[in-house]
Amino acid sequence: MGALLDIQKLSVDFQTKHGLLTAITEVTFSIQPGETVCLVGESGSGKTVTSKAIMRLIEHEQGRITEGSVLLSGQDVAKLPEAELRRIRGKRVAMVFQEPMAAFDPVFTIGQQIAETIVRHERVGKREAWERGVQLLKRVGIPEAELRMKQYPGELSGGMLQRAMIAVALSCGPELLIADEPTTALDVTIQAQILQLLQELKREFGMSILLITHDLGIAAEIADRVIVMYAGQIVEQGVTEELFAQPLHPYTRGLLQSAAPLDSVRGSRLYAIKGSIPSLAALPTGCLFHPRCEHATDRCRAEAPPLDHRGDREVACWHVDSVVEAAVDGHSASGAVIHEVAAKRQTSIRLIEEDPADSGQNVKQPGVSSPSPSSDVLFEAVNLHKYYPLKRKSLTAPRSYVRAVDDVSFTIRKNETFGLVGESGSGKSTLGRVLLQLEEATSGKIHFQGTELTSLSAAELRPLRREMQVIFQDPYGSLSPRWTVGDSIAEPLKVHGALSAAECKERAAELLQLVGLDAASVNKYPHEFSGGQRQRIGIARAIALNPSFILADEAVSALDVSVQAQVVNLLQDLQQKLGLTYLFIAHGLQIVRHISDRIGVMYLGKLVEIAPSEELFLRPAHPYTRLLIDSIPHSVPGQRRDTPLLQGEIPSPSNPPSGCRFHTRCPFATARCREEQPALLPLDKDRYVACHYSLV
Amino acid sequence: MREAVTASTVWRRGGSRRLFTFRLRRLAAADSFLIGAGIIIAFIIACALVPSLIAPYSPTAMLTDSIMQAPSSAHLFGTDYFGRDIFSVVVYGSRDSLFIGFASVIVGGLAGGAIGAIAGYAGGWVDSLLMRCNDILMTIPGILLALAIAGALGKGLFNIVLAVAVSSIPGYARIMRAQIISIKGRTFIAASRSVGATPFHIFWKHVLPNALSPLLVMAAIGVGTAILTGSGLSFLGLGVLREIPDWGTLLSQGRGYLTVAWWICTFPGLAITLFVLAVNIIGDRMRDRLDPKKNAKG
Amino acid sequence: MAGVLARRLFSSVLVIVGSLILVFAILYVLPGDPTDTIVDPSIATPEMVANLRHQLGVDQPFYIQFARYFSHMLRGDFGQSLMNSESVLGKILDSFPATLALTAASSFVAVTVGLVLGVLSAIHRNRPIDLIARVVGLFGISMPTFWSGILLIVLLSLKLGWFPAMGSDGWRTLVLPAIALGLVGAGFIVRMVRSSMLDIIDEHFILTLRSKGLTERAVMYKHALRNALIPAITMIGMLVGEMLAGTVVIETVFSRQGIGRIIADALMAKDLPVVQGVIFFSAFVYVIVNTLVDLSYTFIDPRVRRST
Repeated sequence: MGALLDIQKLSVDFQTKHGLLTAITEVTFSIQPGETVCLVGESGSGKTVTSKAIMRLIEHEQGRITEGSVLLSGQDVAKLPEAELRRIRGKRVAMVFQEPMAAFDPVFTIGQQIAETIVRHERVGKREAWERGVQLLKRVGIPEAELRMKQYPGELSGGMLQRAMIAVALSCGPELLIADEPTTALDVTIQAQILQLLQELKREFGMSILLITHDLGIAAEIADRVIVMYAGQIVEQGVTEELFAQPLHPYTRGLLQSAAPLDSVRGSRLYAIKGSIPSLAALPTGCLFHPRCEHATDRCRAEAPPLDHRGDREVACWHVDSVVEAAVDGHSASGAVIHEVAAKRQTSIRLIEEDPADSGQNVKQPGVSSPSPSSDVLFEAVNLHKYYPLKRKSLTAPRSYVRAVDDVSFTIRKNETFGLVGESGSGKSTLGRVLLQLEEATSGKIHFQGTELTSLSAAELRPLRREMQVIFQDPYGSLSPRWTVGDSIAEPLKVHGALSAAECKERAAELLQLVGLDAASVNKYPHEFSGGQRQRIGIARAIALNPSFILADEAVSALDVSVQAQVVNLLQDLQQKLGLTYLFIAHGLQIVRHISDRIGVMYLGKLVEIAPSEELFLRPAHPYTRLLIDSIPHSVPGQRRDTPLLQGEIPSPSNPPSGCRFHTRCPFATARCREEQPALLPLDKDRYVACHYSLV
Repeated sequence: MREAVTASTVWRRGGSRRLFTFRLRRLAAADSFLIGAGIIIAFIIACALVPSLIAPYSPTAMLTDSIMQAPSSAHLFGTDYFGRDIFSVVVYGSRDSLFIGFASVIVGGLAGGAIGAIAGYAGGWVDSLLMRCNDILMTIPGILLALAIAGALGKGLFNIVLAVAVSSIPGYARIMRAQIISIKGRTFIAASRSVGATPFHIFWKHVLPNALSPLLVMAAIGVGTAILTGSGLSFLGLGVLREIPDWGTLLSQGRGYLTVAWWICTFPGLAITLFVLAVNIIGDRMRDRLDPKKNAKG
Repeated sequence: MAGVLARRLFSSVLVIVGSLILVFAILYVLPGDPTDTIVDPSIATPEMVANLRHQLGVDQPFYIQFARYFSHMLRGDFGQSLMNSESVLGKILDSFPATLALTAASSFVAVTVGLVLGVLSAIHRNRPIDLIARVVGLFGISMPTFWSGILLIVLLSLKLGWFPAMGSDGWRTLVLPAIALGLVGAGFIVRMVRSSMLDIIDEHFILTLRSKGLTERAVMYKHALRNALIPAITMIGMLVGEMLAGTVVIETVFSRQGIGRIIADALMAKDLPVVQGVIFFSAFVYVIVNTLVDLSYTFIDPRVRRST
C-alpha cells in the first residue's frame, strides 16, 4: 500500500451522562505521502472526532476507540502505549486547530511554546530551539519574528496566531499535518493567505495534509481527495475533480448546491436540504440521511447502505444510479447545473480579463430587475460617524478614538436588499446598529422615511421601532432562555401595546407558521430548538410588527451550510410576501451576493464601493473589492488562484493610515494614495467608488 | 459535582477512560452526600420548628442529680454544670441560630442584591460610586465589621442579625452586579431593545429573572456563612442573653469546663458544623446545575 | 509602569480613607455615652459628665470629631484607651507581632494544604485523593474556628499533651491556632484551585499541548497549574485579610496575646478609640496586602501587563 495513514473501520464512543454515544462508525480511509485530503461535513458529522481519534486525543475527553485500526506507516496507533504515542504526537503527526486565540496557552510566550515542542522531541538545547523558532516564524510569514517570539498570544491578531500555530506544528517536520477548520475563525482574506501558506509548506516539507472543513470551496481549492461525512459516517469519497463534477451521494449533491456558488442565479431560491442534522443521541434507522433525502425509499429507512466502491470512488447510497440519472435529466437541482455554472464562471472570468466594459449587460439575470435609482429611498445616511473613545494612556495624553464608522453616506431603497461586506474590523456591524439607532451616532444624519433619527429622543424613537427590526447573528443568545418562544415572538406586540394577550398568542402561532415552524411550538422554550429553528424564531419576532425594514446582522453566519440555505430562502420569500427592505450584513461574500440587490464594501470605517450585486462581483472598481472577491475559495476544482492575494491584515481603526486607508495593502498604491484621501464618487449611474485609480 | 456531563459538552470533558467505572460509583457517592445533607437540614429545621417533639427534656430543667454527666443513653450529649440536658438545649437553641442565619441572609441578600442590581444596570457614575463604597466595605473583613456593628448596637438578636446582614452585603452586591452586567451584554437584551422595549421593561422582564438564580445560590450558601458569623459573635459574648442559649453562646459557656467536660463545647459546635456542611453541599449542587458550561446552552 | 503604580496607590489611599470614615461612622451611632466607660454614671454629676464630654470632644458634631481624629491619626496618634489611657497605637504595635505571626502561620497552612490538595484533586479527579480534598474543602469552610480550635485543644493538648493549649510564647503555642485558622483558608483555597484547574483543563489549549506530544506532567504542572494559580492568588490575598480577622476569635479561644484579643476586650468594655484603632489598622493591612497582590499580577499575568 505505502499509505502514510491507513484508517480501517474506526469507531469511537463517548461516555456521557446519557450513556455511551457513538460519535463515528466504521470510518475507513487512507492518506498517501504528499497527498492533501479534505474531510468535509457539517457540525455533528464526526469530522473533528475523526481527526482527534487519529492521535487518540479523544481519550482525554472520555472518548474511546472501540474498534478499528489507525495505521501510521504500518504501525497501529490505536494499540500503542501512551508514552510512545506522545513521541509521535507533534513529531510525526502535528495538528492545527480552529480557534487560534484559544489554542495557545495565554501565559506563555509564543517562543516558549514553539521551543517547548522542539525540545520535547529533539536533542537540542533551548537556545537552538529558540533560533529554530525564529526561523519558523519567518517562514510562515510573521514579520519581526524575534520580537513575536517574546510576545504573548493575546498580543497577536488571529491571523498571526494561526501562522504561529502552523509554525508550532511544523517545528519537528511532521509527516502528516492535521488541520481542523484552520481558517473558519478568520476573515476570508486571511483564509486565502493561510491556505496558500499551507500548500507551499506541504511541498516544502514533503508532508501530507488532512484538512477538516465545512466549506466545500476550500476542499475544491486545495484537496487532492475529498471525503464527505454525515452523522459520524463516511457517505462518499473520491478524487476532488470527479466528486465535484459528479457527486454520487444525495447529501454531497445537496451540500454543493446549497453553498450559493458565485454563479448561482442571484435572487433565485437556493437549493436547501430539508430538515436538520440529527443528534448523535437520536440517530434515524437505516441510512442516516434518509429523513432528509429526496430519493429515500423503504429500503433506505430499513437498511443502512454500505460504503461501496464505484470505480476508484466510494459511496454509501442504495440509489446511486437513480440519483445520477435524476441529476442528468432533471434540471431541478443537479450536477448539470454545477457544470453549467462552472462554465459560466469561466466565461465571466474571461469577461473580466478580456473585455470588462460590456460584460455588465450580459450578466443581467432574467427575472431579476434591480430597482432603478429613482425608486423611493427608505434610509439615508449622511456623513455618519461613530467614534469610540479609548482609555487615555495618561491623564495628559490626548484622547484617541476607534473610528468604527468614519464619514459614511449612502441610501437604502424601498424593497431592496442592501448588502454590506468587509473584513472584521471594517465597521459594518457598527454601521448597521448606528443606522437603527441602537447606538448613538457621533455625528451625521440618518433619514428614515423622511424622519431624521439622530435628533430624536428614546421615547420619540420608540414608535418608529415598529418599522425597523433586527435579526441577530447568534441564534442561541438572541432568545431569552426563560421565555417561551411564543412570548419572545409576541414581545414586540406587547411592547407596542398593539394586541391583547390572547391575540398576541394567536399572532405568535401565525408567525411561527409563516417562518415554517409548527404553530404548537409557542409554548416551547428556546433550548428545545436547533440553531436553524431558533433563527427562524428570531425572524418571526422581527416580522411580528410588520416592519418595513429589517437589519440582518450576520443572520446566517452561525448556521450550517444546508440550514443557511433554508434561512436565506425564507428571508427572500418573506421579502416578496411582505414587501420588506433588508440591510444584510455578512462576511460570507457568496451569500451576500446571492441575496443582495446592491452591495456596499466597507474598509476601516469607510464605504469604498457601492454597486449592484452582479456588477460588483464581475467588475469590481475598487482594488480592495477585487482582492476581497479573489480571496473566496473557488468552488470549482482545478481553478487554483493565480491572482495575487490581498496581503497583510486590516490595520487598527484607532490609528488608520493616512490618505487612502487601503494604500498599505493596495498593489496599485501611489504617492497620491498615501497623501490624498479619495472621496466616494459616482462612477456611472448606480455605482460609487472611493479610489483615485478605479479599476473600471 | 463535575460528573454531570451532557451530550453537548461531551467533546470537551476531561478525564480518562480508566475512570469509567469509578465515575459511576462516584456519582452514587455524590448523591448520598446530597441525601445526607437533605436529612441533616430537614432534621435541624424540624428542631427549630417543633423542639418539644424532639427534645427529651426541657431545655431549662436543671436536673440537680445529674450534673456534668458524660454522654450516655439517658443524656445523648451529656449534661452541663446546671444539670441541663445538652441535647435538649441544642435542639431548642437551633431556633435562635437558624433565625440569625436565615434572617440575616434575607436582609443582606435583598440589600446587597438591590445595590448590585442598581450599580450593574445603571452603569456609569452610579456604578462607580456604589462599587467604591462596596470596596470600602470589603476592606473590613466580615467578622470584624459584624463585630463593630454588633458592638455598637449592643446585645440582642436583631442587632446580631443586622450586623451579620451588613457584613454580607458587599458579597451579594458584587455577585449581583457581575451577573447583571453579563446579562446586559446578551443578545436577547439587544433584541428586546431593538423592538423598542423600555429600559424598565427590559430590566424587569429580562435582566432580573435571569440574574436571580445565582443570587439565590449565593444566598443558600450564605445561610451557612451567616450562621458561622453569628455564632462567632455569640461566642465572643456579643450574643443574645436569653434563657435558652443559641449554639454559639452555649459553646462559649462550655469553654470554662473544657478540662472536665469536653461534651458541652463539642456538641453545639457539631450542630453548627453539620448544618453549615449540609447547606454548603446543597449550595454546591445548585451552583453546578446553574453553571452554563455543565448545562448545555440556554 | 510608574503610572500604574501611582494610580493603584492613589486608589488604595482613597479606599483606606473611606474605610476610616466608615468605621468612624459606625461607632459614632453607638448608643450610649463613652463617658460611661470612664466614670460610673451612678455617681457622676452632670457637670462632671459635661466636662468630660467636652474634654473628649464628643459634644462636637460628627464632621468636627472626624476631622480631629483624622488629623491626629495622620500624626500617628490614634487616641487613647478610655480604660487605662494607654496610647492606642502603642497597644496595637505591642501586640501586633503576635497576631502577625499567627496570621502568617495560618496563611502558610492554608496556602500549602490548599494548593497541594487542590491541584492533586483536579489532576486525579474522582480518585481517592480528590474525595479527600473535597471533604477537607467542605469541612474547612463549614467548621467554626472556635469549635475546631476547641477540638484541637481537647485532643492534641488535653488528651495527648503534644502542644500547649494556650499562651503566646514560642512556636509550640502557634501550632494549634495556626491549624484551626489555616483550615478555613485551606478549605476555600482547595475548592477554588480545584475548580479553576478543572476549568483550565477543559480549555482548548490543553488539547494543543497534548497534540504537541507533551507529557501529562508538563501539561498539568507547567501549563494548567500556572493558569490556575492566577485566580488563586487573588483569593489568597483576600484570605490573608480573613485570617487576620479570624484572629479575633482564635486568640480568644487560645488565650493568646494579639490585636484580636484587644478588640474583643475593647468591645466588651465599649472602649471606642481602641475598637476604632484596631479595625482601622486591620483594614489598612488588608488594603496593603491586596494592593500588593494586584501589583503582583502585573508580573504574573501577561494579559494584565498588557492592559495596564
